[in-house]
Amino acid sequence: MIEVQHLTKRYGPLTAVDDVSFKAERGEILGFLGPNGAGKTTTMRVLTGYMPPTEGKAFVAGYDVLEQPLEAKRRTGYLPETPPLYPDMTVRDYLTFCARIKGVPRSERVSRLRTVMERTAIVDVAGRYCGKLSKGYRQRVGLAQALLHNPEVLILDEPTAGLDPKQIIETRRLIKELGGDHTIVLSTHILPEVSQTCNRIVIINRGRVVAVDTPDNLTARLRGSETMYVQLDALGADAEAALSTVPGVTRVSASDRRDGITGFEVESEHGRDVRRELAAAVVGRGWGLLELRPLRMSLEEIFLQVITEDAAAPGAAPEAAHE
Amino acid sequence: MSNALAIARKELKGYFASPIAYIVIGLYALMFGWFFYNLLLYFDRQSMQMAGLGGAGAMNVNEQLIRPVFLNTSVIFLFVLPMITMRTYAEEKRSGTIELLLTSPLTDLQIIAGKFLGAIGLYAAMLAVTVPHVALLFLLGDPEWIPIVITYLGMLLMGGCFISVGLFISSMTKNQIVAVMATFTVFLMLWVINWIASFAGPRTQDILNYLSITDHLDDFTRGVIDTKHLVYYLSFIVFGLYLTMRSVDAERWRG
Repeated sequence: MIEVQHLTKRYGPLTAVDDVSFKAERGEILGFLGPNGAGKTTTMRVLTGYMPPTEGKAFVAGYDVLEQPLEAKRRTGYLPETPPLYPDMTVRDYLTFCARIKGVPRSERVSRLRTVMERTAIVDVAGRYCGKLSKGYRQRVGLAQALLHNPEVLILDEPTAGLDPKQIIETRRLIKELGGDHTIVLSTHILPEVSQTCNRIVIINRGRVVAVDTPDNLTARLRGSETMYVQLDALGADAEAALSTVPGVTRVSASDRRDGITGFEVESEHGRDVRRELAAAVVGRGWGLLELRPLRMSLEEIFLQVITEDAAAPGAAPEAAHE
Repeated sequence: MSNALAIARKELKGYFASPIAYIVIGLYALMFGWFFYNLLLYFDRQSMQMAGLGGAGAMNVNEQLIRPVFLNTSVIFLFVLPMITMRTYAEEKRSGTIELLLTSPLTDLQIIAGKFLGAIGLYAAMLAVTVPHVALLFLLGDPEWIPIVITYLGMLLMGGCFISVGLFISSMTKNQIVAVMATFTVFLMLWVINWIASFAGPRTQDILNYLSITDHLDDFTRGVIDTKHLVYYLSFIVFGLYLTMRSVDAERWRG
């Protein structure tokens, strides 16, 4: 549905996107993850036909965005980083204008407008001026605009930026709902967002793709060892020694300590579950076991790890960032 | 075409949603009214004198009142039209709405044509302010209507030239102040370019006279449609819009 092949975009001497390739299948939600200035917006702008690539090709629904821009644009809904609203227009007028230029047939305009406004929960501001809307509403009107012509592909540049927590949850839910019949590419630098909404993640750093996988696989791939968190009411030194003797444990480190309660991070061999042995060791010595849980590598850590690996890799791209 | 019209409609609505439309129309109405009243009094006095000499029939409303009014007031557009065109592209680029237009299934030509038509629409609304004045003359006197229609045609074409230049300049900047000042300067140059014609050699003189936008209006106000002027105005407009198209495209590549 979406295909990007060896995309490169240079702004003068600056390489914003460097040989990026990825694919998204129909109905998939692809998360585009990267620090600010990694080239997310640039890639999206090429995909939407806003700007041509320096090298490489991009296809939307089988149409080359450079060769057949109108066909590709007809099938793309785009929410830029800043929702493109006209402050002097009311929400309804604005969406009517968008419907016109996006080629929604006159007979369907009213019903499309209603559907989209209900879906994005902006019916109650239909008569308000876009310039007077709160950030949350602006974002949703922008999303409504992207959905108007019922495009096969949705490209959302940081759709939850600037929203309050409740709106973020609502927006994510909406995106997940849309995922079924639309192919979605969304960019973000907020990590929980991709793990909650996306089927696949593309991690991009300094213009280059550093990892493409599902959130689960990424987590598994990068987890070299199992880590447990153990909290007990014993003195640090004794407990550390005791935990270290449990078979399979490779490393023990105290992570927090207060009022005679100590927490440890216990690393064990890969694939070996040492929870029973740990519990037995603690209880056998007469200490109280207050907490025992596996520590999963959060997406933040994965992300940082991938980015760091990328930076350490030989021949890494020179400093290039453009947003 | 319907896409261009959708944009033209949006542009026109935008003008009337902001104070710009009311300011330019009001300003022009005020100035036109002033010139009209002034020249009407002058015409009136002359008619009296002519009547006293027994030659009232020699006076012509078209030639001696309507024509000078339109020629004099055409200068006002030099000041007013930059205010219309300054926002066309500059504002869209500053606020980011240009992303909506460029990612919608529209061609550059449709966008530019829409913006051009929108600005022409507002300009036509300004000209419409003059219709009651002219209608008054039909009530009181007996002017010929064909030269008046041709005068309006000439005014529209001249405005079209100014607007196409203004669009081009606006497409090159994000800053409306820059757009308005640059546009005003160019308009002014195009107006005064033939002032030095009388000091130049005969060949240069012709060229300078030919370049002046306002000079070509003269024959229209006489009620004459000369293909020379028609070709000048139309090719000027097409060239201006073409430059705008190139500029928008260049901007896209530059990113």
